[in-house]
Amino acid sequence: MKRDIILAGVGGQGILSVAAIIAKAAVDQGLKVRQSEVHGMSQRGGAVLAHLRLSDSTIYSDLVPKGEADLIISMEPLESLRYTAWLNPAGTLVSAAEPFINIPAYPELEIIYSMIRSLPRAVIVETQNLAKESGLTRAANMVLIGAASPYLPIAPEAMEGTICELFATKEPAVIDANIKAFRLGRAAAKA
Amino acid sequence: MEELALLGDEAVALGAIHAGLTAAYGYPGTPSTEIMERLIAEYESGGPKAAWCANEKTALEAALGVSFAGRRAMVTMKHVGLNVAADPFVNGALLGIKGGLVIAVADDPGMHSSQNEQDSRFYAAFALVPCLEPRTQQEAYDLTREAFDISEQFHVPVVLRLVTRLSHARSGVRVSPQRSQNPLSKADKREWMLLPAYARRRYASLLERQAAMLDWSEKHPVNRLEIENRDRNRVVITTGLGGNYYEENLADLKRALQERGGKEPARLHIGAYPLPQNLIRRLCEGAEEILVIEEGQPLVEQKLRGILPQKHIIHGKMDGTLPASGELDPDVIRPALGLPPRPALSIPSLQDGSFALPGRPPQLCNGCPHGDSYATIKLAVEGLESVAITSDIGCYALGATPPYDIPETIVCMGASVNMAKGAADAGIQHAIGVIGDSTFLHSGITPLIDAIASNTPMTLVILDNSIVAMTGCQDTILPSENLSRLVLGLGLNPEHLLQLEAKRSNLEANAELLRKEILYRGVSVVIFKRECIEAIKKRQKIEAAKKAKPACEDRGGQA
Repeated sequence: MKRDIILAGVGGQGILSVAAIIAKAAVDQGLKVRQSEVHGMSQRGGAVLAHLRLSDSTIYSDLVPKGEADLIISMEPLESLRYTAWLNPAGTLVSAAEPFINIPAYPELEIIYSMIRSLPRAVIVETQNLAKESGLTRAANMVLIGAASPYLPIAPEAMEGTICELFATKEPAVIDANIKAFRLGRAAAKA
Repeated sequence: MEELALLGDEAVALGAIHAGLTAAYGYPGTPSTEIMERLIAEYESGGPKAAWCANEKTALEAALGVSFAGRRAMVTMKHVGLNVAADPFVNGALLGIKGGLVIAVADDPGMHSSQNEQDSRFYAAFALVPCLEPRTQQEAYDLTREAFDISEQFHVPVVLRLVTRLSHARSGVRVSPQRSQNPLSKADKREWMLLPAYARRRYASLLERQAAMLDWSEKHPVNRLEIENRDRNRVVITTGLGGNYYEENLADLKRALQERGGKEPARLHIGAYPLPQNLIRRLCEGAEEILVIEEGQPLVEQKLRGILPQKHIIHGKMDGTLPASGELDPDVIRPALGLPPRPALSIPSLQDGSFALPGRPPQLCNGCPHGDSYATIKLAVEGLESVAITSDIGCYALGATPPYDIPETIVCMGASVNMAKGAADAGIQHAIGVIGDSTFLHSGITPLIDAIASNTPMTLVILDNSIVAMTGCQDTILPSENLSRLVLGLGLNPEHLLQLEAKRSNLEANAELLRKEILYRGVSVVIFKRECIEAIKKRQKIEAAKKAKPACEDRGGQA
């Protein structure tokens, strides 16, 4: 069993915390994990990606080869398209619907959506609306993790356990909202 | 022992602590920063001494002092930092290293966050010291521990060469019990004073120890030779992460070779230097073709090729089989192995180029004080003839991108100061250096001494955001309020020291004041001050965390 994941977004969107949550849940499951991150200059508002590899056998490369990714998780629709060459022919793309516009020639959003939808397996999630519904507007990333969760080799209960542990120092209401955000995202992806 | 998910950098930090580290020093630089961040976090909870220093040279010198006192020390830096520390590094190799001294250098092939791709293995070879090159987070931990032992065994500093993709990748690491620190015990002073008479003896001793170091690397388990039942005619040498990318493609390679009735190539992986010459000779005995896959500049390949004609055909970065620049990855080495690209999904309009995906380069944050400072500089020089603006290393280098587009030079830490002086000496009327507060403290003070000493007509703009921002908001080595006193202490005319708040509402007033200094025919220093917005966020986060209470006791799920 192996799952290769590309995480995409714009510097500052929290891509590393998304990767960390999935990685920790996988480690808790006894899976081997390698996670390659971006630090430094490109974090300043530029395109960022992280590679996350989960497997029950040896993982050689920290980087996912092109054509090997089972899943792209993107916090931004335009960024999700940047890495489609990594997807294997049976791969899935899960993207947040909300654009992050900090460049002058941002393409028309509908064109981006239609390109995403042209893939055989793609999910676009309204992360901000669902985060609002969860009671915590900051929880958009958790909605995205929920939306990606059906494609992860980790049971949703185990993911929720990890989320709870990671937010252990926060108030109970924050934990509850994050769990709710996760569930809303998961339900949206399955709908 | 416990398995932890660690960044390569964090694995190095723990490896050092568990090896009985007494003190660690460094200067922030991507991708090395997280080593020291972890060490400082451990120090703050009772671990060994760990601190940022003014620059890499001062860090390495402090570590030498620790080693002289018989105790173990580590220095952390990015590859170009070793240029700054080259003086104590190369001379340190001549000393009789007492307490283990490990120099953890993180190279940045592909220049993710750097100005060049220099390969620190060349520095280790130049200084005649061993180099260890881990390729997994586990090796990063294990080889860091070993590096201290080797340093004490051969009495030399040891280079631990990391690269971005190892430093910034996370994986499970098993740790082993902590060794205690060395007792305080001074080294023999005759081995630590590089007066010519002593230094000659020390250099002879270093040369003499080379054979023992070579013997160590020949026997090192990471230098793995695989020749049994292999194709001995076409062989492969891998180093560092090149080995991982090779192994990633090995299943495909074996399948392709089997179809043609071929066998898996004999292979040598190298991760411990000096280069294991006998292992290389054994691998290449009877070989016709050798493929070298190494992450970084072609160190092994150059050595193999030499200058005179030879019977082997060597493939690698120097004959174009692999790209000569940029980092390796699992895809880029496939053509060298005769493998086609893996099948992948594609979107037709992206593939045929009919839809061009716009790039998203890094840029100054929204509301960044540097943005206001650059806008001020732009306005201040408006209409002036003969202007040169030299800039420096840090977030503010992003002022080179639109809408600012201000810096004309970005070279190395501190270069902005005396490049402005040089430009003025050459006849530029209005030479302006732009440097951040931390970069100024790192390498900007000594050139400013030159400028003040000669009263060159130039303006130095110091962007004081009170933090080392680019590398993730480390504290500046000295607080901001010291900057003005420091500059005045160098002898700057106090009338030409300005301290301005970098704020949009001050734009025009500040620009007018700055313009006056730019027109002044002597040295001016203008400090633009405002806290970095990332630093504000970080500060607020820390304050909030201090107030928060733990929760989440009774929730289900896995531990």
